[in-house]
Amino acid sequence: MRSGLWYRFEGVIRGLTPFILTLSLALLTVVPLRIPDFAPVTPALTVIAVYYWSIYRPDLLPMAAVFGVGFFQDALAGTPLGLTALVLIIVQYVVIAQRRFFHSKTFLVEWWGFMMVAPGAAFVSWLFASLYFGVLVAARPLGFQLLLSVALYPCIAWLFAQVQQYMLRST
Amino acid sequence: MRYRGASVRRLTLPVTGWVQRFSFALLVAASIGMLVLGRIESNFVERLRVGVTDTVAPVLEALSQPSATAAAIVEDMRSLADLHGENERLRTMNERLLQWQAVARTLEQENLAYKELLNLVDDPHPAFITARVIGDAGGAFVRTVLLNAGTDDGVRVGQAAVNAEGLVGRVVEAGRRSTRILLLTDLNSRIPVVMEKTRVPAILAGDNSDHPRLTFTPVNALFEPGERIVTSGHGGMLPPGLPVGEVVSTNSGVARVRPYVDWSALEYLRVLDFALPGILPATRTAGPAGPLP
Repeated sequence: MRSGLWYRFEGVIRGLTPFILTLSLALLTVVPLRIPDFAPVTPALTVIAVYYWSIYRPDLLPMAAVFGVGFFQDALAGTPLGLTALVLIIVQYVVIAQRRFFHSKTFLVEWWGFMMVAPGAAFVSWLFASLYFGVLVAARPLGFQLLLSVALYPCIAWLFAQVQQYMLRST
Repeated sequence: MRYRGASVRRLTLPVTGWVQRFSFALLVAASIGMLVLGRIESNFVERLRVGVTDTVAPVLEALSQPSATAAAIVEDMRSLADLHGENERLRTMNERLLQWQAVARTLEQENLAYKELLNLVDDPHPAFITARVIGDAGGAFVRTVLLNAGTDDGVRVGQAAVNAEGLVGRVVEAGRRSTRILLLTDLNSRIPVVMEKTRVPAILAGDNSDHPRLTFTPVNALFEPGERIVTSGHGGMLPPGLPVGEVVSTNSGVARVRPYVDWSALEYLRVLDFALPGILPATRTAGPAGPLP
């Protein structure tokens, strides 16, 4: 017999899914994979997550949560504290502003949108990192990182879509 | 009821939009504020960071285990395929190393005799802590790794981290159970080194590329490609004589060094407890995020 309390609890867990997924991707970013030369070009997994959930369920990933994820990733990865947080909230703000454009369009449009947003995010992070360190930081790894993120987007978006279908249909 | 809810929503809609824009501005300001704070008051920001890494360290430790296992399996398969060739290689290498051992023994005796003659004050022998790599930077801007040992195990800021190949980096943040190592290749890494043969001193400065460059070199110093570079021990934080790398190129007056360490295979590191007493006050920290000393 499932009580009302259990239902409410389940609802909360379901609602937290996008946040938990985004946070897990932040954690995954720093796990050493021991692939040669991979660490500097690790795809921007959290940018992918924030982009996806800002299109489909922005209500479940509030801006403060995005900021929290960015802060968490900065702390773990050793990047200047605040850098990823800044990039992620800008990504979310831009996507929510253009949300009507992406919503209920084909996947290709969504992917194409990501190809527009990701370079912008990379540029903002490069700009602020360069300002922070006081030198022009090498942009080459960032370019590779960008390519990897764009290439990886369909896989992660597909996973998110499955989660969304099974976990969030009812909310 | 439904009608009232809708009208309330219609009334609050502009307010929601306004709140959203306001929170965006607020969070952007908070991020930039944090970046500025990291520059001017790096101690506080580092404590914050160490708090997070310390909390997450056990999770990272568990997560990094499967990837380590997978890497080990791949390595096993690879070596299995070339077992015969490797055996042959090892046999020849063993022969050569035995000869070297004989040479080393003679030199050791000779060295000991000279030291006795000169009454030389010996460097303290570094004790070490071995720890596993549980996280890497995962980004384009910094080159750091996280270890699963901290101040509870005796790790202190400034100590050198080495593996079997040579110097890897030094400790820049030490939490209770996690430690951040700034790799030689990081933008903020500065290591005092000397050429092994000519004893020409230099500072090895990272710039996020695979080949850090030699700076603060004497005006007429010449660097031959292939020359070995070791730590000089200047500053007293790193033990002298740790192998660092070899000169690979000297394009337009800038000598670049290829470190001996294979960055993709960092699994266990040794943190050397060498610090001569009284060099750095205990509270001082310098990080990848902190200003250069």
